[in-house]
Amino acid sequence: MLNLYRKGAMLVVRLEGELDHHSVADIRVEIDEALEENLPEILIFDLANVSFMDSSGIGMIIGRYRQMQEQGGRVGFVGINQKIDKLMQVSGLLKIIPIIEGSEADESNKPSQTGNA
Amino acid sequence: MKVINQVKLEMLNDSKNEAFARVVAASFAAQADVTLEEISDIKTAVSEAVTNAIVHGYSNSVGYVGLDCKLMDAENPLLPVRVLEIEIRDNGRGISDIARARQPLFTTQPELERSGMGFTVMETFMDEVIVDSSPGQGTKVILRKEIGAAGKLPKKSVKSGVDAGSEAGGIDD
Ligand SMILES: Nc1ncnc2c1ncn2[C@@H]1O[C@H](COP(=O)(O)OP(=O)(O)O)[C@@H](O)[C@H]1O
Ligand SMILES: [Mg+2]
Repeated sequence: MLNLYRKGAMLVVRLEGELDHHSVADIRVEIDEALEENLPEILIFDLANVSFMDSSGIGMIIGRYRQMQEQGGRVGFVGINQKIDKLMQVSGLLKIIPIIEGSEADESNKPSQTGNA
Repeated sequence: MKVINQVKLEMLNDSKNEAFARVVAASFAAQADVTLEEISDIKTAVSEAVTNAIVHGYSNSVGYVGLDCKLMDAENPLLPVRVLEIEIRDNGRGISDIARARQPLFTTQPELERSGMGFTVMETFMDEVIVDSSPGQGTKVILRKEIGAAGKLPKKSVKSGVDAGSEAGGIDD
């Protein structure tokens, strides 16, 4: 399950439930459609409500990361929770995709506060 | 080692059964004195092996994935250690070079956005991973975890895929 919304130059993908090979198939299609439509500068994965993830989830995230890189965009995480932390460490994903503070992600929604406020 | 309890199951290679296999393994493990972290480790490792059977073993053909859960007594007079052993089997295409398949970031299906981290995850999350496979002969993966020995054995350090990735050509910065 996922929830997509635009916040200024960002597209936030809020993922929910279990991210495995089965569930990732539909999620991938939905995110790609939204990327094509919105052409965001920044893609944020909000993982706060993800209860399970395996390496198929990692593969899906890396795929979107590569796509954003090709367009000169960036990717960030919010909400890395305890249930998926170990997998995130093992995958090495946190070394290429930074964790954005929740408030920071909120701030950039307000046009008056973009930049280094 | 003495077998205390055992459950055997055969599932069609439908990707919905990845979640089913995780629930079965977690429920089976719950009868031992497992921590929440151990349950989560077991679910993740089982998910990797079952997904591999479906994605790589059978790819476009139809077949059954076997899941065999065993709880054993290590019969160690010094420590009340139990061993959870989970076997995942398929009769699919098999693996020609097992050592290479186990390398972090190695995948034969990059076009399907496989990360090549499945075996690395199994090895990190379990105490022992045995792979028995050859081309055309299917694949058997045995996952073992010692229950009740936590804190008494040296903890495994978590190594990451990106560190090992440069020569395997995986994740680029
Ligand atoms: N059950 C299986 N049957 C056939 N090949 C397999 C099986 N499991 C793993 N493999 C091979 O081992 C490789 C590495 O597996 P893994 O580490 O899980 O990475 P990934 O699934 O992302 O490719 C796979 O790409 C595949 O070539
Ligand atoms: Mg795999």
